[in-house]
Amino acid sequence: MADDVTARPTRTDVAATPRDTARAADRAPRSAARAAGGRPRASVTVEWRKRLEILFFVTPALALFAVFVVTPVLQAVRYSTYKWNGLGPMDDFVGLQNYANALRDQVFTGAVTHNLIIIVLSIVIQLPLGLAIALLLNREIRGRAAMRVIIFVPYVLAEVVAGVVWLMLLQPGGLVDAVFDGLGLSAAKQLWLGNPEIALYTVMVVLTWKYLGLAIILFLAGLQGVPTDLYEAAQLDGASWWQVQRRITIPLLGPTIRTWGFLSMIGSLQLFDMVWILTKGGPANSTMTMATYLINQGTNRSLYGYASAVAVLLFGISLVLAALYQYFVLRRDNQDAPKPRKVQR
Amino acid sequence: MSAPAVTPAPGRPAVLETPRRRRGSSATGGNPLVYVAALVVAAATLGPVLYAILGGFRSNAQLAAEPVGLPDPWVVSNYVNVLTSASFWRYAFNSTVISLITTVIVAVFGVMAAYPLARYQFRGRAMLTTVFTMGLLFPLTVAIIPLFLMIRDLNLNNTFWGVALPQAAFALPMTIVILRPFLMALPKELEEAAMIDGTSRVGFFWRILLPLSGPGLVTVGVLAFVASWNAYLLPLLILSDPTTQTLPLGVASFSSEHAQDTAGVLAFTSLAMIPALVFFLAMEKRIVNGLQGAVKG
Repeated sequence: MADDVTARPTRTDVAATPRDTARAADRAPRSAARAAGGRPRASVTVEWRKRLEILFFVTPALALFAVFVVTPVLQAVRYSTYKWNGLGPMDDFVGLQNYANALRDQVFTGAVTHNLIIIVLSIVIQLPLGLAIALLLNREIRGRAAMRVIIFVPYVLAEVVAGVVWLMLLQPGGLVDAVFDGLGLSAAKQLWLGNPEIALYTVMVVLTWKYLGLAIILFLAGLQGVPTDLYEAAQLDGASWWQVQRRITIPLLGPTIRTWGFLSMIGSLQLFDMVWILTKGGPANSTMTMATYLINQGTNRSLYGYASAVAVLLFGISLVLAALYQYFVLRRDNQDAPKPRKVQR
Repeated sequence: MSAPAVTPAPGRPAVLETPRRRRGSSATGGNPLVYVAALVVAAATLGPVLYAILGGFRSNAQLAAEPVGLPDPWVVSNYVNVLTSASFWRYAFNSTVISLITTVIVAVFGVMAAYPLARYQFRGRAMLTTVFTMGLLFPLTVAIIPLFLMIRDLNLNNTFWGVALPQAAFALPMTIVILRPFLMALPKELEEAAMIDGTSRVGFFWRILLPLSGPGLVTVGVLAFVASWNAYLLPLLILSDPTTQTLPLGVASFSSEHAQDTAGVLAFTSLAMIPALVFFLAMEKRIVNGLQGAVKG
């Protein structure tokens, strides 16, 4: 989506240019004429006034954006080349040493691996499950509207709130253990968040609970855009339900699925809140993500230069994966001349 | 799965068959398996939430002895304790104020910036638009360390502004990306008519564009409010003083301070859920539309 989003307005601009220029050319003399009785000099005043207006409207947002987004991002790059604890002068320039240290630290490379596992599992688990539930809810069943609301509830809860509830559910002797006992599977019980072997997968289950609703809602929206006549035609041709889904619904849902995949990937790379609440990255760093590692090194240990290098690495990895996704997956959507995406609007 | 049928199920009131419902469906329901599956999904989704709410009505002894089932007897003391504690209300108040400040800044600054980007012709417009959309690529995580130090140096730590200003700044890109096409879609004729009637472009903004952009503003406002209400990382670093902390921070610290008191934690957490759930139910359409809009760009 990254390039998608940046590219599209630009494309609109390009597309709009000839018409807009014509319109502007058409409007300029008229407004100038109105402002100053047709004398050519006055158009300069109009130009200045327009510039002032633009400045007036854009400046607040631009200033806020520059101070609180652009500056910190650039600062992160600068800090990353220093050894600095956040106090006193920043004078210990170490070049790329922080980056080298991060890449050599097995806790960090482990964190990168965990983020990648989370991306893969998110897509492998949530895509089929989300599709199945979306197809289910797209049928005319009683209480469908209520189901749509219910399914979205976990997504609306703060990650912290959801995390604390799951912390209680997963604690030894909690509801999850009780369910296992009830099913006669007491032997399968685990220290769900305390066992380094499985803690990451436990976190994954909670994340699935939290974010499956988003996938379902987006897929449902995409399904609204599938033209009904296609289904009717398929029915006339005697296609089975499964054939209809496989040949019509899922291909037409392609753009929605691919965009969701992108959102899911970016979210997985930034993952912090849920892990911080459930495990703080433990036990034995088995659930450490890049973001929890960053905060751990930065604020808890005051290694601000090092943490900034981690932040830049996190950004770089996100950017590379986003570009790869764009190139290999989203490109299809941007190239297709008659976009299926248009249908959904 | 049942064979797709075009005719509605018999016995179904015809009144309910609005065109929209018929359009979106590929088959009629009625298959019991479909209902079973829907029930399972609903139970898995709501189960943890209901467990938390009901768990708040139990004692810890009850929870330990019988984790499943209804409270017996119902214990209200957990909820009473939370509702009579000053800290819960302070967290809720802080969250409300910070979210409102964030939302107002985002909506005002966002619509102001989106206006020239949508409806003025000027050199650098495309570039300026790109600058803001590029902001979508910068996650808070990347900037969090310098931001934390900057807020500290500005003496804004432990203040509402220290959280609201950065949150608003990071919400601006999405806001402008959503609002710009919205403002572009307003008919050109409106603007020309207003100009002919002698309104300046600024007057057009205040008197015509702003009232008309209500729905778009509500969407971006809701998104900004929810994001701010749920935020954890930035408040965690900026708000170390308990008197300034927000509800998510309160939930986190309550749960770690009362780790043994499961019922108390569940009551506290359940109450913390309520504002988000009520707000969501009231704004469901807007939130869903906003997210879909975000996905479609």
